[in-house]
Amino acid sequence: MKKVVVTGLGVLSCAGSGPTAFWSNLAAGKSGLGPVTRVDHAHITTRVAGEIHDFDANQHFGKEIDLMDPFAQMGVYCAREAIADAGLPARFEGGEGLPCPERIGIITGSAMGGVQSEDNGFLQIYAQNASRLHPFSIPRMMANAATSHISMTTGAKGAAFTISTACASATHALGEAWRLIRHGAADMVITGGCDAPLTRGVFRAWEAMRVLAPANGDPATACRPFSADRTGLVLAEGAAMFVFEEEEHARRRGARIYAEVAGYGATADAGHITQPSLDGPYQAMLDAMTTGGIRPEELDYINAHGTATKLNDATEIACIKRLLGEHAGRVSISSTKSMHGHAMGASGAIELAAVMLAMQHNVVPPTANYTTPDPECDLDVTPNQAHPREIRTALSNSFAFGGLNAVLALRKV
Amino acid sequence: MPDDLTQDVIAIIAREQRIPVESIRPDATFEELKIDSLDGVNIVFALEERFNLSIPDDVAREMKSIQQVVDAIRHQLDKAHGADADAPESAATGSSAALPEKS
Repeated sequence: MKKVVVTGLGVLSCAGSGPTAFWSNLAAGKSGLGPVTRVDHAHITTRVAGEIHDFDANQHFGKEIDLMDPFAQMGVYCAREAIADAGLPARFEGGEGLPCPERIGIITGSAMGGVQSEDNGFLQIYAQNASRLHPFSIPRMMANAATSHISMTTGAKGAAFTISTACASATHALGEAWRLIRHGAADMVITGGCDAPLTRGVFRAWEAMRVLAPANGDPATACRPFSADRTGLVLAEGAAMFVFEEEEHARRRGARIYAEVAGYGATADAGHITQPSLDGPYQAMLDAMTTGGIRPEELDYINAHGTATKLNDATEIACIKRLLGEHAGRVSISSTKSMHGHAMGASGAIELAAVMLAMQHNVVPPTANYTTPDPECDLDVTPNQAHPREIRTALSNSFAFGGLNAVLALRKV
Repeated sequence: MPDDLTQDVIAIIAREQRIPVESIRPDATFEELKIDSLDGVNIVFALEERFNLSIPDDVAREMKSIQQVVDAIRHQLDKAHGADADAPESAATGSSAALPEKS
């Protein structure tokens, strides 16, 4: 089996665009959540979202931008940033001593795909009786658009596809990228997730499920994972992409290594469509630890799924207790969703970026907006203040609606 | 000096292709302008919006030059106004047609 390491990352989030801004906000416990400005308040009741205001795609793309929904624009931008961060050329042409394009894969996750284009187009057709839709509607809407554009822009020609498993999309993508390299089917995989779901239709659909935080008061503090007064999740947009690389390949070219992706667990609850089980997430975490060779007493940090719904957070803590037993009390846990919100299929990637930077800085980012202990969440959830700690090993959890669980295990190299 | 319709067509194609108006001669072919099949459907859409027309697939497929676009639009406009105009010239010279070859 090959070892897999992370050699580049790019991130766009309401909590910061680019690794430096993103990390400085996370370490400071500064939430990027704010008022909804994208959708007319007359049409929705939600008043808080994780909108990105400092990314202008027009600055980064030419004519090809016409073919891309915002979710793909963000994904492709982050992929380019990750490739540059990894010290790789912007275009893979092959040649002596250079990465072989046929050995570079692309796996992205997206829960919603080009939903802004879908929303706009169907509004025109259904509500405005438009006689025709824009001819780029299909290429903009397709969930694999980011993967395809990353391939076109970089020249990567290996296995390339998109995974859609709701809130676990990115973590499944990252895990399958790990598997591809581990089994020798690729030298590198550009992988992560991207979603831009802040539309009237999507807000309304989530409102109907009654799991969104209402944001009475300051929107920045609306998402309060593990706090007894938590009221639900906050929708966000964002993307994060990485270069995953076979360790020897990375060492040969002298690449800087963030960490090893040591293990991966993926399981299904086979239970309820929305209510999480204990067994499924527990087994995914256990599988990630086992494949990663991490013993319970060695685990330093868990970046939790931590959506701030009543049920998710209590279930996740119960799973961690079962996983770590007597060692559960010494692991640092946090939900960075308290600051970057829930960017759906991009969440797992944004959270892996948080883990990579946490390991680099040896600082556990906090769970922001925490006010009141919850007896059901009585582990160290790193409330409000970042916590200096040598992070040698970590887990990154993603649990999707539909009972699909994905967990990555990371190890410092 | 090209007529108004030709100027209109050139302006639309320049806008959609993000290229300068001056770079499009009235006798240019799509091939010369590097307009591929996907660009073609986008241009047809923009023309339909601008002239409030519906351009049939078989007509769109034959648009491979500025002149063929102008002829086709003129024909469609005449037809929309009830005139009995001839079909546009459709000498297929270029390889780029204004419809994708596969879906």
